[in-house]
Amino acid sequence: MSQIKTKYIVYAAIAFFVIFQAYTSIKESTLTYYDLIFLLEGLERTVYISVTAIVIGTFFGVIFGWIKSTTGAITNVFVSGFLDILRSVPLIIQFILFYAFMGILEIDISVFWVGAIVLSAYTAAFVTEVVRAGIDSVPQTTRRAARSLGMTYWQDYRYIVFPLGLRAVFPSWISIVLSVIKDSALVSVIGYLEILKTTEELISKTQEALLLLIGVGVFYFIISYPISLYAAHLERKLKV
Amino acid sequence: MIELQKVHKSFGDLEVLKGIDLTVQKGEVLSVIGGSGSGKSTMLYCVNAIENIQSGKVLVDGISVHDKSTNINTLRQKIGMVFQQWNSFPHLTVLENAALAPQIVLGKSKEQAEKIAKEQLDHVGLGDKFKEFPTRMSGGQQQRLAIARALAMEPEYMLFDEITSALDPELVGEVLDTLRLLRKEGMTMICVTHEIAFAREVSDKVAFFHQGVIEEIGTPEQVIVNPKKERTQQFLSKVLQ
Repeated sequence: MSQIKTKYIVYAAIAFFVIFQAYTSIKESTLTYYDLIFLLEGLERTVYISVTAIVIGTFFGVIFGWIKSTTGAITNVFVSGFLDILRSVPLIIQFILFYAFMGILEIDISVFWVGAIVLSAYTAAFVTEVVRAGIDSVPQTTRRAARSLGMTYWQDYRYIVFPLGLRAVFPSWISIVLSVIKDSALVSVIGYLEILKTTEELISKTQEALLLLIGVGVFYFIISYPISLYAAHLERKLKV
Repeated sequence: MIELQKVHKSFGDLEVLKGIDLTVQKGEVLSVIGGSGSGKSTMLYCVNAIENIQSGKVLVDGISVHDKSTNINTLRQKIGMVFQQWNSFPHLTVLENAALAPQIVLGKSKEQAEKIAKEQLDHVGLGDKFKEFPTRMSGGQQQRLAIARALAMEPEYMLFDEITSALDPELVGEVLDTLRLLRKEGMTMICVTHEIAFAREVSDKVAFFHQGVIEEIGTPEQVIVNPKKERTQQFLSKVLQ
C-alpha cells in the first residue's frame, strides 16, 4: 500500500508544480481563446488518427498473427518479411517516404489517410507479434482437448484460443496502444495538424514554448493514463 | 465397435505403429499397457484422428475415421477423450467447462447444456464446484472435470490417455474410482494406463504394446497374471516391483 501512496504523492507534487508553472505563465500569456480551440482541434485529430490506426492495425494484426502462428503457410514468409521491415524502419522515415511515394505516383490522398495508413501498418506489425505469441501461449494439449470434444477449427479459436491467448497478451497490446497514441505525434512531419503540429504553430506565433509544451504533455497524459488504469482494472478482472 | 486394421503410423522416419490390429466391442473395456515409446498413446490419438495414419484403417461403428469424406467433428461427438494433462479451460468455470461443447457443438440451449453438465459433474463428484474456476482445484478434481466434460457430450466411447500419470499419488484413487463407476455403467472404454492392478481389475481385454506392435493381447488373466511372451514378463516384472 505504501508504494501506491508514494506514487500518488509524486503525482500530486508533479501536478502541483505543473499547475503552478502554468498559472504563472497563463497570467502573462498572449494566447487567446481561439488558440485554445485550435489546440483542442489538434487534440481531436490526434485521438481520431490514433483510434483509426489502432482499430485497423489491430484488425490486421490479429489476422497476420494467426497466419504467423499457423506454421507451414507460404504466406508466412511474405507476411514476416513485410512486417520486419515495418518494425525495423523508424516511423518518421516511413511517413515521409510513403507521403513522397504518394506524390510521385500522383495518388490523390489526404494527409490524414497517409498518416493513418502508415500508422496502421506500423501498429499491425507490432500487434502481429503479440497475437502470435498469445496464440502460441495456448498449450497444444488444451487445443487437442477442445478438438476432441468435436469443436471445429474455428470454434476452437473462437471459444478457447482467442479468449485464452489474447488475455495473456492483453497488457502487451495496451502498451502498443499507448505508444501508438504518442507516436501519432510524428504524423506532424507530413503536415497533419494533430496536437503537436498545432502546438508548434502556436509556439512560433506566441513564443510561449514552455507553457504550450506543458499543456500538450498534460493532454497526452490525460488521454493515456485512464487507458492504462482501465487496462490494469480489466487485467485483474480477466486474470485466469 | 472400434476396429483398427493394419494401422501404420510414422513421425518422419520413425515408425511408431507397425501394423496394429485391434477390435473393441460395444461395452468392452480394453486396457493398453507398455513402456514409454511403445506407441500406445499414439494408437489412441489415431482412433479419433487427432493424429493421421500412413496406411491401414480405423473404423468406428463402421465409419472410416481417416477417410477424407468423413466429417471428423461429427464423429468425435461420440468419442470422448481424456488426456494425461487434464487441459481444463482455465478461463471458464467448472460448469461452463462442461457445458461449452454441448452448447456449441451439439447446438443445445444454454439451459439444456447446463442441465447435462450439472448431471455429469454430480456424476463424477464435483456437484459442489459449479462456480469454481478449475485452476483453483486439485489435479484429481480437474481430471474428474475433464471426464465430466467429455461425458457431457454423451459419447458412446471413451478414450483415456494415461489419465493418472500426472497426478500426485494420493489423488490417483479418486480418478480411478470414477473410471470404475463408468465401467459399472457399461461404458465402452480404451484405457492407456500404467496402473497395472487397475487394468487387471476392470478390463475385459489387455493389450501389451512393444515398439509399435501388439506383443500380447488377451484377458487380464492371460496377459497380466500368466504372460506367455518374454517381453511382457520383463515389462511386468519391472513395473510390479
